[in-house]
Amino acid sequence: MDLRFTDEELKFRDDVRAFFKDNLPPAIREKMKEGRHTSKDDLVQWTRILNKKGWAVSHWPKDYGGTGWTPVQQYIFLDELQQAPAPSPLPFGVSMVGPVIYTFGSDAQKKQFLPRIANLDDWWCQGFSEPGAGSDLASLKTTAKRDGDHYVINGQKTWTTLAQHADWIFLLARTDMAAKKQEGISFILVNMKTPGITVRPIVTIDGGAEVNEVFFDDVRVPLENRVGEENKGWDYAKFLLGNERVGIARVGVSKERLRRIRELASATTDHGRPLIELPRFREKLAAVEVELKALEMTQLRVVAAEAKRAKGKPDPASSILKIKGSEIQQVTTELLMEVVGPYALPYRQEHEEEKGWNEPPIGPDWASTIAPTYFNTRKVSIYGGSNEIQKNIIAKAILGL
Amino acid sequence: MDFDFTEEQRLLKESVDRFIADRYEFEQRKSFAKNESGFAPENWKQFADLGLLAIPFAEEHGGFGGGPIETMIVMEAFGRGLVLEPYFSTVVLGGGLLRHAGSDAHKSELIAKIASGDLRLAFAHGERQSRYDLADVETRAKKSGANYVLEGEKSLVLNGDSADMLIVSARVAGDARDRKGIGLFLVDSNAKGVSRRFYPTQDGLRAAEISLSGVEVPAGRVLTEDGLPIIERVADEAIAALAAEAVGAMTEMHALTVDYLKTRKQFGVAIGAFQALQHRAVDMFVALEQARSMAMFATMMSAEDDAETRSRAISAAKVQIGRSAKIVGQGAIQLHGGVGMTMELKVGHYFKRATMIDVMFGDADYHLARLAEAGSLVA
Repeated sequence: MDLRFTDEELKFRDDVRAFFKDNLPPAIREKMKEGRHTSKDDLVQWTRILNKKGWAVSHWPKDYGGTGWTPVQQYIFLDELQQAPAPSPLPFGVSMVGPVIYTFGSDAQKKQFLPRIANLDDWWCQGFSEPGAGSDLASLKTTAKRDGDHYVINGQKTWTTLAQHADWIFLLARTDMAAKKQEGISFILVNMKTPGITVRPIVTIDGGAEVNEVFFDDVRVPLENRVGEENKGWDYAKFLLGNERVGIARVGVSKERLRRIRELASATTDHGRPLIELPRFREKLAAVEVELKALEMTQLRVVAAEAKRAKGKPDPASSILKIKGSEIQQVTTELLMEVVGPYALPYRQEHEEEKGWNEPPIGPDWASTIAPTYFNTRKVSIYGGSNEIQKNIIAKAILGL
Repeated sequence: MDFDFTEEQRLLKESVDRFIADRYEFEQRKSFAKNESGFAPENWKQFADLGLLAIPFAEEHGGFGGGPIETMIVMEAFGRGLVLEPYFSTVVLGGGLLRHAGSDAHKSELIAKIASGDLRLAFAHGERQSRYDLADVETRAKKSGANYVLEGEKSLVLNGDSADMLIVSARVAGDARDRKGIGLFLVDSNAKGVSRRFYPTQDGLRAAEISLSGVEVPAGRVLTEDGLPIIERVADEAIAALAAEAVGAMTEMHALTVDYLKTRKQFGVAIGAFQALQHRAVDMFVALEQARSMAMFATMMSAEDDAETRSRAISAAKVQIGRSAKIVGQGAIQLHGGVGMTMELKVGHYFKRATMIDVMFGDADYHLARLAEAGSLVA
């Protein structure tokens, strides 16, 4: 047992770190640091820089453009990416639909979609949740009925992240209306320009417009856009949801956030002294650091086990990554709220983000994103299977209850 | 980076695990506890035969040449078995002080005896006022010719009853809480001027209050005259060992609890069918795995030579262990319901041991404050 990185792993880390330092556009880095939204153009620009280096889909099999890195290297890459801090490649493409296509898709689908995912030529979004199908995803009602060589899709998806930019959506729809819940579902790829699709934004409590409702009204999709077998979509969805384990804890994001908290708490005074010198504040910060260090070690245990384990069987410890990772992300945003104090109050309107707006900020120039980030980060214990659902899964799958 | 054991470590783990499975059923443990010493001398003999008592010592002194990982393997298993024998006092604490402070002559003389099971040690360090402050030593060591003479009171000396030899800390210079001037002395337990009051601890182990009155220590029995850095180092190693023991105890508590949820029936079903109880069992699982991760981290970092880096890491681990032990221990009792409260059931004994581990060498709050003062864990 040697929990330190080997010399080669350290060298790899230094190379990755240096690449991010030299190639991440400063404007994007600033936005990430300050917790501002990155634009579509930002992500396209950054993804193409990564793709040119061969790193946009690093975890894919080599045949489809992956790097062939070890799980430890993948972990280091992600950790450094998050700490840079750089945007992660769009997960709906590289972590969700991409692996489904290269694992279950046809040759034509692989050829058509995979290179365009890597280069972010196609912006993908995820059509799983529906108004009546959240935690109970299999109760989804969107239908895809055969009509000759097409499916005709009707229904509504919701919480569709960044659908406003999307070229394609992968969705779950019911193809066998008579079958039991999980059994009549298919996994279908739909071009967002197809007639009959309407995207409507949902404004979240932070004022952001990340998520949308997507309506399907007699949307005709060629049968060849189905991935794998008809009515086997639930299996592919489970594969997809179980696929993203290593990144889910977002340890690097929390590390970067803790550094920022230290930085801002050093520049903020309380009773004439830097906030960072207050023992009560320091102890809170230290408590989060302990939790994060424990999570990082747990994450490394999972990574090390993954290197030795047969594919697709996660280490039991992996299930706690989502729960702990989300809790820690949330508590870091609470600490930021504590740092900003009363200057959490002013709400910056969207137009103030625009170019040419030259009114001075109210309070510290970093203050305006703190409360929205706190509000927005409540989502991390809800999406991807809420933490309560994660506990149900652990109780059943690991504890056998 | 890898989490695997070497072949030798695997064999060690197998043999300790087998010992616990064969020799440490809860009923057997009860009979060991009835001995006057609170443990079974025949188990101590078996530790010697298995080579466990020689683990951390260099081969040249008759040791096994093991390190923190070997200690972790043993302590984790001992945590699962709720082992009563004074391994921690003799090998981890006493052995640690001897390794770091002893001269070649001390090592040649004493390590072979420890390894063969013929010498048990206890560390007489804490005092009535010192709480968790390792530098708070008022016991005095006064020069008298070539000898030192010890005067003072030592408190909460773990296994001070059964130890053949004490390692006593005492001031050769300076005032209470000065970092300089704390000496370490080897004293026979029944040397003239040593009086001991024995008592059991909450977790079924033994300890002693020891008073030292005109105890003569010849020059050859002085380990060091500047012992605090060594004491701190050994305390860090001890915390790593206790962390592993706590993880062993928590693992068993959690397993017992999950078993109980599957077998206990109320309202016509196994109570594990209830979501409120499932979620609490999962909270325990998460706390346990986080503790396991930090016990590994502590094991790795306990060998770190840079004292600041080492103590930050060890403090972080002790915080996690203390907090996890509360979640796992309190949850285990709660989910067992009334029977969890009984002396008859094993689960409560794990809870007590895990709770006592928190108050040894600084509790979670103490270490959190220390960590907060020391700066960041995030490089």
